Amino acid sequence: MIRIDRITKDYGGVQPAITELEFNIEPGSVTVMVGTTGSGKSTLIRVLAGLEAPTSGRIRWDNGSNTPFGIVFQEPRLMPWLNVRQNVKFGFGPKRTKESGRLADEILEQVGLRAFSRYYPRELSGGMAQRVAIARALVKKPSLLLLDEPFSALDASTRTRLQEHLMRLWTDRSLTLFLVTHDIDEAVLLADCIIVIKGRPGRISHQFRIDLLRPRARQDKGFQALKERVLEALADQKARS
Amino acid sequence: MNGLAFSVEPIDLPRSEIGTVPKQRQLRRRRMSPVGLIVPLAALILWEIAARLGWLDRTIASSPIAILGEIGTLLATGQIWVHLSATFVRVFSGFALGSLMALTLGVISGIIPIIYRLLNPTIQAIRSVPSYAWVPLFILWFGIFETSKILLIGVGAFFPLYLATVTGIRNVDRKLVEVAWVNDFRGWSLASCVLLPASLPAIFVGLRQGLGLAWMFVVAAEFMGATHGLGFLLIDGQTTGRPSTLIASIILFAFCGKITDGCLAWTSERALRWQDSYRP
Repeated sequence: MIRIDRITKDYGGVQPAITELEFNIEPGSVTVMVGTTGSGKSTLIRVLAGLEAPTSGRIRWDNGSNTPFGIVFQEPRLMPWLNVRQNVKFGFGPKRTKESGRLADEILEQVGLRAFSRYYPRELSGGMAQRVAIARALVKKPSLLLLDEPFSALDASTRTRLQEHLMRLWTDRSLTLFLVTHDIDEAVLLADCIIVIKGRPGRISHQFRIDLLRPRARQDKGFQALKERVLEALADQKARS
Repeated sequence: MNGLAFSVEPIDLPRSEIGTVPKQRQLRRRRMSPVGLIVPLAALILWEIAARLGWLDRTIASSPIAILGEIGTLLATGQIWVHLSATFVRVFSGFALGSLMALTLGVISGIIPIIYRLLNPTIQAIRSVPSYAWVPLFILWFGIFETSKILLIGVGAFFPLYLATVTGIRNVDRKLVEVAWVNDFRGWSLASCVLLPASLPAIFVGLRQGLGLAWMFVVAAEFMGATHGLGFLLIDGQTTGRPSTLIASIILFAFCGKITDGCLAWTSERALRWQDSYRP
């Protein structure tokens, strides 16, 4: 389990970006954080990834702070001078083994890009590039995958295909997923737990446990009802802020 | 056996996604264009006509045919290789020395902020010193033989590459560095796997500028008591009143500079084929 314990991040502006955030990420679960732009969702994921130090509070990891994690950003952030296969191998870090190449090929096969191994990022579409980024994040078999609005820049059909693919990876690998998004449909489709973050500085306003069976269909009454509740929580947030 | 502890159905790619790639690749091929030859050829023809019609004073201006004759004589006597090899050895030795220093200091300054703050103001101040200002000092310190010449050329090559390397590294996209950080790249691995490759476009610009300046500085260097080299040929043509020799050496400088820059440009294009840049 990962415990987010009263995390505050202040960049030194008029007010902090996030304040006193407190919740748990259960192992093997999909935790989705939703909130409007500027509420500090990405700041929290950067703190979790170690890219920012919290101003106060701490993150408690069950297995110590060296829990292996992968991260997928809003943009693919591929190294433009490396081809697809080399970009995936980049996920192993500077210490690579003889196995690295084979594992990279296998994950590329699974994201449907094996045939594009020698292509450079400039030659890929947005969806393909984001799949390479997911493969890079997963190649060293992390137990936790952090996703910062990874599908926000993609068209609807590519987004749906990647969401389905992500769920297959989650099921087969017993991953813990922490996803931030502003897409309510995406949150209800994927989450075991939805956390609504409000205003600026971002504070948690609501938490929803999702008991809908998977795979979920957007047309289901339960899905729609839950979506309404999350939307209401967000609207409430707007009214208060 | 599958090395990963899971199995996932491969995702299907829509045909439209696959079909776009070869077209993009085709677009990047460039052809050599003869258009660049039009202006120099026209100038040469006009010059020859002017010389033949007596519009130019042949004692100071010569003519393209006379210059070609001079180059032919240099070729026939084998003198051209003596001069060319002397100049090439100086240019490349100085360029290699200057580039090595510039890359080393540029990378260190680019990566370590305190080194940048320590070195950069001094280097920027020295950069403004004109090439000729170094000549008497280098003669005083290193004599008039090869050491001073190579060092002078090295100084010329150093500054543009140092500046390009530092600027390149300090302008590397923060987002790429973050990806490296979360994947445990630190120190040398971060520099060699991310910062340097990301700075390569700027470094190649610096290398080409450095090489251009090395060719300029070799003239100043060969004014320092050289007995061979294109710079020597230049002075020899002036002092003996042979404009065709003088102009022939200028043309040889231009030719050599263009060829070496072309080689570097070709290398740069190959090394930077991953760049998603605009190519009209």
